[in-house]
Amino acid sequence: MAESFAKLKESFIFNFIEGARWKYITNGLLVTLKVTFFALLLGIAIGVVVAMIRSAYDQMKDEMKPGFGKTMLTVLNTIARLYLTVIRGTPVVVQLLIGYFVIFVSTTNTVFVASMVFGINSGAYITEIIRGGIMSIDPGQFEAGRSLGFDYFQTMRFIVIPQAFKNVLPALANEFIALLKETAVCGYIGLMDLTKGGDVIRGRTFSAFMPLIVVAAIYLALVVFFSWLVGKLERRLRSNER
Amino acid sequence: MSADPIISVKNLEKHFNDGAVHALNGVNVDIAKSEVLVVIGPSGSGKSTFLRCLNLLERPTSGTVIFEGTHLTAPRTNINVYRRRMGMVFQHFNLFPHMTVLRNLTLGPTELLKKSTGDANKKAMQLLERVGLADRADAYPSQLSGGQKQRIAIVRALCMEPDVMLFDEPTSALDPEMVGEVLDVMKELADEGMTMVVVTHEMGFAREVADRVLFMDEGVVVEEGSPEDIFEHPKSERLQSFLSKVL
Ligand SMILES: Nc1ncnc2c1ncn2[C@@H]1O[C@H](COP(=O)(O)OP(=O)(O)OP(=O)(O)O)[C@@H](O)[C@H]1O
Ligand SMILES: [Mg+2]
Repeated sequence: MAESFAKLKESFIFNFIEGARWKYITNGLLVTLKVTFFALLLGIAIGVVVAMIRSAYDQMKDEMKPGFGKTMLTVLNTIARLYLTVIRGTPVVVQLLIGYFVIFVSTTNTVFVASMVFGINSGAYITEIIRGGIMSIDPGQFEAGRSLGFDYFQTMRFIVIPQAFKNVLPALANEFIALLKETAVCGYIGLMDLTKGGDVIRGRTFSAFMPLIVVAAIYLALVVFFSWLVGKLERRLRSNER
Repeated sequence: MSADPIISVKNLEKHFNDGAVHALNGVNVDIAKSEVLVVIGPSGSGKSTFLRCLNLLERPTSGTVIFEGTHLTAPRTNINVYRRRMGMVFQHFNLFPHMTVLRNLTLGPTELLKKSTGDANKKAMQLLERVGLADRADAYPSQLSGGQKQRIAIVRALCMEPDVMLFDEPTSALDPEMVGEVLDVMKELADEGMTMVVVTHEMGFAREVADRVLFMDEGVVVEEGSPEDIFEHPKSERLQSFLSKVL
């Protein structure tokens, strides 16, 4: 027992302390959090816009008169649906490779590329979350807004989206947690994230167990921590339900 | 009746579900300025549909709605502009739950009428004062009783300084003891000369406040007249049988 513990300690020192290799882990963690954070922000921005286009089309296609506005909305809706189909129908790793080698070829800023790709990817899933949130709002809210003279988008902006957003906050927080894990494939484009950091140590020290288990433990700790926060948030939202 | 009607409805038809449901079958009504028009009729007779067609919350299948000389049903009309002058009060209040009472009242005036926050607040507080709810300005809707919510909903519509107020069963969702406080506010409005179209099951209110009562059944106006005509001398059998059930 004491012997194996001493061995673990030795392995830990060898893998992380010698040559300051722990920096691969801390720098990698920072990159992982950065990519996750920016991807979520971009994803929410895309999600709100696309969800509004999709809902607007579904709710207004019958009442709108033919003309520029309707044509515009139909075109936007088609683009939105294409986007949702393509993004949800292809693996995120492939999207990442396409983003790096095909679309953003001129930049070497891999954090930027990964944030963009994961943001565009999660935008598709967040669209569905927000659409669900919009549909969960009492139609009377919408009618009250329209009856005051607000147009469709103003009603969305002032009345529906703020309420929908509050309803989907827990789902968005869960999306953040999912993203945190999904970004582990960033190494495919040479980004030194947490996973890649652990893998680099493995390559240097030729010991797989210690670096990979530590990486896994860090992900797990983050996920458990953020899930706990989401739980708190959910209880909080429920308790001051107005 | 004086001058031009403020609202003129001609041959209004509304079908639902691709024509499977005929909610309105050719309704013709002129509403005069300052008139209080009360619409009664059995459930499913098309009262709400009629009211909601007046501000195009429901798009008529055919027919015209003319408001202050403008064809609302014409293809080029921007309905949002005219809705600002047509206040609407719903059965279920539909206050915005994520805003304080005061913000509920000032959202329209600041964002649509481009009033300053100061002016909008002042107007809102004056009206709140009048309905006895000035002390609830900073409350959220969930902290109010049903009667309070509906009085706030009326004030929200009034803050837009409308020319017409549309009411769809404003007291139907209320506990009986709160009906009076809402009807009192509506009576006051009527006394001040507000043009009102009220769908209600409150026959007492119709008798006392209405200038004219419309009785609808199966999507048509079966009978119309003064409260006395309708309640004391009903002509059609359908109205007689309806009154025998509700009175
Ligand atoms: N959105 C809709 N889709 C389909 N049918 C509808 C819709 N709205 C109303 N209807 C139908 O149109 C008819 C008239 O409905 P309306 O709500 O105008 O009646 P009402 O007189 O207001 O009844 P109540 O006293 O119950 O409120 C009914 O048969 C109703 O089922
Ligand atoms: Mg009704």
